[in-house]
Amino acid sequence: MAQDGGETLGGTMRAKDDAGEDIFVEGVEFTVFDEDGNVVGTATTDAEGVWLIDLPGSGVYSVELNTDTLQGFELRNPDNNPLTGVEVQPTTNKNTLFPLGERVIEESNSIRAVQLFVDGIKLGMIIAMCAIGLSLIYGTTGLTNFAHGEMVTFGAMIGFLFHVTWQFDFLGSWMTSLVFAAVVAIIVTGLAGGLFNEFVWKRLRNRGASLISALVVSIGLSIFFRYVFLYQFGGRAGFYRDYRIGENVEFFGIFTMLRKDIFIVVFGAIVLVAVATALRKTRVGKAMRAVADNRDLAESSGIDVEQVIRWVWIIGSALAGLGGVLFGLTENVNWEMGFRLLLLMFAGVTLGGLGTAYGALFGSLIAGVFIQMSTLLPFISSDMKNVGALLALIIILLVRPQGLLGRAERIG
Amino acid sequence: MTGNNFEDQLKDELIPDAGPIAGPPGDSSDMSVVTSEKLALVDSEAARAALADVPWEPGAKKPDPILVADNVVRRFGGLTAVDAEHVEVQRGVITALIGPNGAGKTTFFNLLTNFDTPDEGTRVFDGHNIDNVPAHKIANYGMVRTFQLTKALSKMTVIENMKLGATGQKGETLWRSVLPFMWKSQEKEIEARADALLERFKLSHMRDEFAGTMSGGQRKLLEMARALMVEPTMVMLDEPMAGVNPALTQSLLGHVTGLRDAGMTVLFVEHDMDMVQEISDWVIVMAEGRIIAEGPPATIGQNQAVVDAYLGSHHDSALDLDVEL
Amino acid sequence: MDWGSIIESLFRGLIGESFIVFALAAIGLNLHFGYTGLLNFGQAVFMAAGAYGLAMMVATIGPAANRNFGWDLSESTLFWAGIFVGVIVFPVIFAFVMGIPTLRLRADYLAIVTIAVAEIFRIVVRSPQPGIKKWTNSSDGLTGFSGTFYDMSPFGTQDRYLFNLFTGNQMFLVIVGWVVLAFAAAVCWLLIRSPWGRVLKAIREDEDAARSLGKNAYSYKMQALILGGIFGAVGGMIRAIGFSVAQPDNFITDVTFFVWVALILGGAGKVLAPIVGASLLYGLLNFSDTFLREGVSADVIPDSIMTGTQVGQVRFMLMGLGLALLAAFRPQGIFGNKEEMALDDR
Repeated sequence: MAQDGGETLGGTMRAKDDAGEDIFVEGVEFTVFDEDGNVVGTATTDAEGVWLIDLPGSGVYSVELNTDTLQGFELRNPDNNPLTGVEVQPTTNKNTLFPLGERVIEESNSIRAVQLFVDGIKLGMIIAMCAIGLSLIYGTTGLTNFAHGEMVTFGAMIGFLFHVTWQFDFLGSWMTSLVFAAVVAIIVTGLAGGLFNEFVWKRLRNRGASLISALVVSIGLSIFFRYVFLYQFGGRAGFYRDYRIGENVEFFGIFTMLRKDIFIVVFGAIVLVAVATALRKTRVGKAMRAVADNRDLAESSGIDVEQVIRWVWIIGSALAGLGGVLFGLTENVNWEMGFRLLLLMFAGVTLGGLGTAYGALFGSLIAGVFIQMSTLLPFISSDMKNVGALLALIIILLVRPQGLLGRAERIG
Repeated sequence: MTGNNFEDQLKDELIPDAGPIAGPPGDSSDMSVVTSEKLALVDSEAARAALADVPWEPGAKKPDPILVADNVVRRFGGLTAVDAEHVEVQRGVITALIGPNGAGKTTFFNLLTNFDTPDEGTRVFDGHNIDNVPAHKIANYGMVRTFQLTKALSKMTVIENMKLGATGQKGETLWRSVLPFMWKSQEKEIEARADALLERFKLSHMRDEFAGTMSGGQRKLLEMARALMVEPTMVMLDEPMAGVNPALTQSLLGHVTGLRDAGMTVLFVEHDMDMVQEISDWVIVMAEGRIIAEGPPATIGQNQAVVDAYLGSHHDSALDLDVEL
Repeated sequence: MDWGSIIESLFRGLIGESFIVFALAAIGLNLHFGYTGLLNFGQAVFMAAGAYGLAMMVATIGPAANRNFGWDLSESTLFWAGIFVGVIVFPVIFAFVMGIPTLRLRADYLAIVTIAVAEIFRIVVRSPQPGIKKWTNSSDGLTGFSGTFYDMSPFGTQDRYLFNLFTGNQMFLVIVGWVVLAFAAAVCWLLIRSPWGRVLKAIREDEDAARSLGKNAYSYKMQALILGGIFGAVGGMIRAIGFSVAQPDNFITDVTFFVWVALILGGAGKVLAPIVGASLLYGLLNFSDTFLREGVSADVIPDSIMTGTQVGQVRFMLMGLGLALLAAFRPQGIFGNKEEMALDDR
């Protein structure tokens, strides 16, 4: 990036997301003026949050940031915008700093505990949607799939591609556009999961690879895909458009929800109820539960286990993809969102009992509520809320290792 | 391998008598447990004779029980897998635990060896209450078990498998393990004892092979030989004949009766009625988690409760009990 | 393209600081996974324990103790105390937190909990809350703890050593590292050939069999977890001294995965595997990194394919793919013996 001889002004726009992780902010516009107030150049931050403007020479400049392009973040020192009197020495690249605060979330007169509970249900639904596949894959094949988080990211990015990059907008309303993007994400991730099973996991099973080496394969693939996403998408945080902040809707004066969150909860509830019903009523669903419960027994009673496993991969991955879109909607889309969610999925699945579909659903909801409500405790700040869930995971293993819904295993 | 004196001397003797090889009493504090247990080994002829007076009924009292279980209950969810009111196992004899499929034999077996924890009930082994004793400590009390699916440690050599069985090894303590001079001499004794046992079980030619390369029957033999490295007073065998080549059956049976004749107590779970008839001194029958009959092997086929249990569980009219059992 | 710097960086990778750090961590992981069968995916947190144990003792806990109790502990006293805390106290605590809930359960639970503990540690350490920040200095990390170490260096700080590969301080660190590494490998060699190591292998093969023979599997697994963690902590401490900073981002989950790659590359369950694996890994990583960077800056590789910032990402991609392919096709490692693995009936 260093241009020999020339002078430049630039910087990196960095912020913390809701989980306290560093993210880059893309699309922030900067304008640089010389001492006389003439525009020297403009630039917009790229996927790595970087902006850079070539200068005609050394001297004193001022920099202005267009606050309308801040993607919902706020400047920590609004008085320093525009930043004046920036001295640039000959042949140097001058960096300027515009520190960002947390994303602005409108305060309301809601009751905090109720608000956190509702937020927790929302988060729990997203975790559950992603974790059902993880749990069913474990139950039917014994594989602890560390690459499941990448399927979540993949779904979110497919949604982003259709919704933001290509602006696929066939009915003109944000909701139809998003639903369309979500449907595409579901189909693509479901297909990807099916192919993944066909070309990677089925072959490994047929080769008789041990579960441990399969687990290490999944870790390798997780790293690979994560960095493919970083390579393609950059380190930025992407936001689904139109409702980057969203409008608040108040309920009974005790809690508020953003419009997008209402969408998430309603859409999520419909999907989860549909999945739960399908597992109970449909032939494929029953077969999945039977194989997860006791593979040998299911096989001897005439169930085509490989066929069931194929469907588990397709449906589990599709749900993860949808979960990714919803997770991206509530926070942001970035290259390691799925990997971060993976730990919460593990927490949820273990809470509910490894290998069962209902356990995953139930455990994830509890994990979500626990994560949000733990911030009520004075010593857990919002950047540490995930710690509470992970601690709960460890404690549950101590007192009830089979999970809240699991049953004690039979030996021999 | 050096053929030292006492090893040759022991070749034809039965291994539990090979106490001195493990080192003289007082050689290590851990050994004292084993040595005191050895005094408990009994004359098996007398022990068998004593069974003659025992009534043929479930929960019968034995003259000299080594293992006693009372009101042992194990539930899985809503299902009660085992509900054994009272069981005694006579010291110094071979007792068979039989029953139709799903009778809870293996579950009961796991409960007796503490590899599973009962929901209720007490178990006493050789004067020790073992209710809250971890499974690994049972071995130090003198009870050792084998498994239905043979657990030969396949990526270790046969001799390593054997040496693992010895108890009270100094080199198994972390800080001593990095100081080989602390345990080298004991290791030599253990190795000599292991070689003697391999000789007896005719496995010497496999000594340095990986256990994973052995046949199913050889693994069973290895597992039994390894169990004897513990110097047990009671040996628990979970389906010792399962998956064994018929050619090896007789040799295995000989080894089992050999244990008894050396004064050890044997309890085994088995499907093969031939084996039960041939070597057991006493039979305990389970059905639906309960003890339904006890008696000498010859009488058990005529016991009405046993016939009902086997017939009832199969809905199969023409049933040859010998085959079915 | 500057082939000189490419070859220089290759050699640095083969024998330098990163090799030492990851070889030590992989020796620990070999005890965990290779010999005991423990799925530890939180080796990075043991490394962080070493780094933070030392850094906090010297930079925050020690001075606070001096202030509050009126003690007068010198920096070098604190340095040695920090080594004890980082190598023994912290790893033991972490091993208990990970092991007590999971070592009685199926192997996967340990995997999940080790990652969870690593993540908890990372989140807590980088928390900007004043109550925590005053001990760990948030994401900026702690500095000013390596002075005592470099003061002992006999090498001139201005000179370069070993064909200009290392500065004086680096040379000192690398030599100390080699000695520590040799010692660790020797200890591991002794352990594995002892009856203690035999019990570990038996637990890896079949825990129930070991228990039926009177071995307290839980206790042995805990010992292995602690000991392997200690090796990791030593590695992490050397990493922190090398960078002169203990920073949470130097111990992210990906670091654990690097250790896994090093171990599997060399072939888990062999004493020299971690050393060979780490050397190969860093040789390859450094070579590919410098090669690609040189390629990008010399415009041999066009920007449309790869920019300077993307080199690191491509490197990670290759590593992930390599790990997956190794685990799938050569789980016995590059030089491993196929026969031995064929016995794997798990």
